[in-house]
Amino acid sequence: MTASNVTPIGAAVRRKEDHRFITGKGRYTDDLSRPGQAQAYFLRSPYAHAKIRSIDTGAAEAMPGVVAVLTGKDLAEDGIGGLICGWMIHSKDGSPMKAGAHPALALDTVRYVGDHVAVVIAETLNQAKDAAAAMEVDYEVLPAVSDLAQAQAQGAAQLHEVAPRNTVFEWELGDKAATEAAFTRAAHVTQIDIVNNRLAPNPMEPRAAIGDYDAGDDSFTLWTTSQNPHVARLVLSAFVGLAPEHKLRVIAPDVGGGFGSKIFIYAEETVCAWASKRVGRPVKWTCERGEAFLCDAHGRDHITHGQLALDKDGKILGFRVKTAANMGAYLSTFASCVPTYLYATLLSGQYDIPAIYCEVDAVYTNTSPVDAYRGAGRPEATFLVERIVDKAAREMGIDPAEMRRRNLIGAFPHQTPVIMNYDAGDYGASLDKALEIADYKGFPARKAEAERRGKLRGIGLSAYIEACGIAPSAAVGSLGAGVGLWESAEVRVNPTGNVEVLTGSHSHGQGHETTFAQLVSARLGIPIEQVNVIHGDTDKVQFGMGTYGSRSGAVGMSAIVKALDKVEAKAKKIAAHVLEASEGDIEFKDGRFTVAGTDRGLAFAEVALNAYVAHKFPTSEIEPGLKEGAFYDPTNFTFPAGCHICELEVDPETGVTEIVNWTAVDDFGTVINPMIVEGQVHGGIAQGVGQALMEHVAYDTDGQLVTGSYMDYQMPRAEDLPAFKVGMTETRSPSNPLGMKGCGEAGAIASPPAVINALTDALGTQDISMPATPAKVWAIAQARLARRAAE
Amino acid sequence: MTQISMTVNGKSVSADVEPRTLLVQFLREKLLLTGTHVGCDTSQCGACVVHVDGEAVKSCTMLAVQADGASVLTIEGLAQGGRLHPMQEAFREHHGLQCGFCTPGMIMTAVDLAARLGPELDEKTIRENLDGNLCRCTGYHNIVKAVAAGAHAMGAQPVKAAAE
Amino acid sequence: MYAFDYQRPSAIDEAVSLLRSLEEPKLLAGGQTLLPTLKQRLAQPGTLVDLSRIPGLAAIERAGEGVKIGAMARHASVATSEVVRALIPALADLAAMIGDPAVRNRGTIGGSLANNDPTADYPAAALALGATIVTNARRIAAEDFFTGLFETALGEDEVILGVEFPKPERAAYRKFRNPASRYAMAGVFVARTVGGVRVAVTGVGQEGVFRWSAAEAALASSFTPAALDGVALDEGNLMSDLHSNAAYRAQLAKVMAKRAVEAAAG
Repeated sequence: MTASNVTPIGAAVRRKEDHRFITGKGRYTDDLSRPGQAQAYFLRSPYAHAKIRSIDTGAAEAMPGVVAVLTGKDLAEDGIGGLICGWMIHSKDGSPMKAGAHPALALDTVRYVGDHVAVVIAETLNQAKDAAAAMEVDYEVLPAVSDLAQAQAQGAAQLHEVAPRNTVFEWELGDKAATEAAFTRAAHVTQIDIVNNRLAPNPMEPRAAIGDYDAGDDSFTLWTTSQNPHVARLVLSAFVGLAPEHKLRVIAPDVGGGFGSKIFIYAEETVCAWASKRVGRPVKWTCERGEAFLCDAHGRDHITHGQLALDKDGKILGFRVKTAANMGAYLSTFASCVPTYLYATLLSGQYDIPAIYCEVDAVYTNTSPVDAYRGAGRPEATFLVERIVDKAAREMGIDPAEMRRRNLIGAFPHQTPVIMNYDAGDYGASLDKALEIADYKGFPARKAEAERRGKLRGIGLSAYIEACGIAPSAAVGSLGAGVGLWESAEVRVNPTGNVEVLTGSHSHGQGHETTFAQLVSARLGIPIEQVNVIHGDTDKVQFGMGTYGSRSGAVGMSAIVKALDKVEAKAKKIAAHVLEASEGDIEFKDGRFTVAGTDRGLAFAEVALNAYVAHKFPTSEIEPGLKEGAFYDPTNFTFPAGCHICELEVDPETGVTEIVNWTAVDDFGTVINPMIVEGQVHGGIAQGVGQALMEHVAYDTDGQLVTGSYMDYQMPRAEDLPAFKVGMTETRSPSNPLGMKGCGEAGAIASPPAVINALTDALGTQDISMPATPAKVWAIAQARLARRAAE
Repeated sequence: MTQISMTVNGKSVSADVEPRTLLVQFLREKLLLTGTHVGCDTSQCGACVVHVDGEAVKSCTMLAVQADGASVLTIEGLAQGGRLHPMQEAFREHHGLQCGFCTPGMIMTAVDLAARLGPELDEKTIRENLDGNLCRCTGYHNIVKAVAAGAHAMGAQPVKAAAE
Repeated sequence: MYAFDYQRPSAIDEAVSLLRSLEEPKLLAGGQTLLPTLKQRLAQPGTLVDLSRIPGLAAIERAGEGVKIGAMARHASVATSEVVRALIPALADLAAMIGDPAVRNRGTIGGSLANNDPTADYPAAALALGATIVTNARRIAAEDFFTGLFETALGEDEVILGVEFPKPERAAYRKFRNPASRYAMAGVFVARTVGGVRVAVTGVGQEGVFRWSAAEAALASSFTPAALDGVALDEGNLMSDLHSNAAYRAQLAKVMAKRAVEAAAG
């Protein structure tokens, strides 16, 4: 054991978890089976809004293989409560948000297509489906409203009695008077109307669950596709009332992507756990892709009007925003914080804006619930800020890069008018580096060359910021969060010197098993192979808040650092006794404890062994063993930022947009594993490009989902994307011991405005909505050609 | 029930199946080869790609009875004698996977692609030939690199898969 | 999927007699459309009659000046067939554009033609090349074969054995794929034959594949992309959906036609 096989921070270490995935030995929830398990299939509402007059389960129950048919009445009989929203938002008038009841199986009303009517449990999935087809449900179809723009109107269908005008809350942030005043001083006002399109998260692994009730000790185990199994357990225990926490084990094994959609506590997982007791057998459910489109929480779906006040030089004076946010038919687990504290708090972007005022209405519609999706509120804010700044630049005849430079925040810490205190950054550096990599200066020549080929070429910038490392518990508590957002870790050193790290973070693609192990390897001076990262099981890890909001590095790893500090401190005490030296003379470096100024020392493993055999230190003073835990509560959000530049070409004959160059320069603070970080950036950009050019969840006016499969919902494919040029700048975050900021969402946040800004450049119009599909772009290109011809 | 027999990863297997059993269900549920995944219902995501008689197919769009008598290779059969297939190595080396769910289908597609089109593949060819495989994590950037490197390595040291 | 029975005949006669004797039989070729349909429970056949083990049905061979492709020939086989590449490369190109590689390894020409999906590719080739569909009972000219959306002239006990394609002087297929499904949103097969220029369009028409007579007339006088400048489809007969209105489809058809002509002429 020498320092030579230790993996330092900053090394592109290949991933430890990959072997099982590339050999087909991953263990996702649907790969698991329990002895005697039955299969669940959910009967879903075919209507966007209807009263359930009656449900006749008789014919279904008589079908071959059927174990049980259960409805909302059965749930209520067993005292199982509804699903909750864990973040309280208050309206401007001080009233609490108006949350309609959300039973896991409908009681008397269904409110969106796909809403849960009953569960059929049978020996096989086909039998369950056969029986579901035999169910007779008498619906009284009610008027529905699926369009956010219509839902608050007089006469629109009403979803929940508690929420008149379908309005969940009318919220505000910022200084209204100061913002009004800024507009009176403005030399120029830029206005923009934006629809931030609704997206389906689409992790490639559909959700799944196995509920298994053990009558022997009256306890439940739930295997489920969760990004945060402890939060799931807490909600299922404290709010749904399934079982007390010590009688409920939640295991999230390998999880195939989440992007936010697996944060939430859904009906199906809840029902599987509950039903396993009811039928006395394990109950398994696996979501089909078509069901996922119907009932996985969607993302985005805002309508926004923005106004930017500028002085004659393009310096921003004030920013006024009015947004309507679609919540869908029910408030999902964290739905309320997404268009509020994860959105309006980022409206300052990278810019020094003296006054900001934002109003947000949250609105029910007869559509699937909407909640956090990669970026969650921050992409919506970034899209608005980066579009309106770009539009202002073009209106005022200022180069978009120069416009941004004139308004960049230059000194830190910087207090914005919308809560956030930016702790560190160098926005000019990432802008400059991106412009250089993208050869911004050479663009006009490339545009002219493209024009000779009949192509319309455009370039677009996006200088984004996000708030990650979510978040100081007291701070989020004061803003309405129902939980604290710390993270926990435990470092267990075994007698032979290898290490298990238990973390409350959860990896579902992010590579924690490698990055976290890399940190431990570097710190303890042991090979990475001797570090095992354990997560995703409430019986193993004491507690944790899970992985979302790019928090696992800044918060989860900080907890590990704290635990490692304690391990090192205790190991030094033990080493001092074994080496018969004073504790103050013990130094720890490169995996060895040495007595300062001598060649006497012990390897880390030798100290570990001594800790467990406990022969050479007084156990009255020092407990045997070497295992330490820590909870880390962040002191601030972290603020990753950077600049992305998209260069694209439009074929005016077909409207096809081809992205020809992509430059990403990001400041994530300290980077542990650049290979993994770059991979996160690539994936984020792909999802953002998907939003900008391809993806859109559409409902018709009756509330029927029109984009219910990959036949109609366009997912980005390999052919749709370019190779990406990724660069980094680095300013360390002062808010956590490693200086990390988080990287998981940046690409998805940065990229949509870069694409649309490039399209506005190519097409010479600001009126381009997402997704800019070929059909849409063709129509715009035709109009432009017609205008040119007329001129 | 219909009786079927086939060779899966070099081993003979027989079973009685309902005709409506998909090949992927047979592999996952009867043979417990859960490396092959299901990511959609419309034959587009490619998480279920396996080789049947040496050709890449979507096992969610083939009945088990249609594979009667065939030789099937799944991700579990790709590594030989404890040695990873060069394409598997390439995916690890080039970080061609994140959550890992699409990976088995992606690798099986890539092996087929390299076998059909040879060891030196340009980026455009690779991207075109991944048309039937969706990945939501990687943005394909590193998958494309991995496939190029894996194909090159396959050309350098041809690997005879068990079932082919 | 609903439950069904399964039969795997080893001769055409056997397949035909199964079609005549069974309740709700359905032929299974490559299954790349049928199985997704069954998975969504959009059809409930009594028995699937699998044609895959009937000898000789997948052959691809020269037939006179043209090629004869067996009904069970996979798209991948057509795409890589030396015979097809040598005689009608546009047909091989078309086969290489269908679906994705794994789908091409299973999907068959017979299945595609019999299904007559309005967004499928092969119907355009059959119509533009003046193919003859050969069944167990008769020979059907492509003109007479496609009778409407998902409708063909096939009788209930009729099985496609193969398709004969005469060799054109020049031909090309260009396709604009639906961005989501990758089916044709506009596919145009242009063929210059001894009998004249034939242009067939798929993915566009409300009634499925059709010949574009105005384009044919324009190209007959000048086989150049520019000849199509003044030609336009009647938008009233075109499909309109989430992905494209009729005007855009008309535009795509025209652009694909021009690009096909350019490719064929070059």
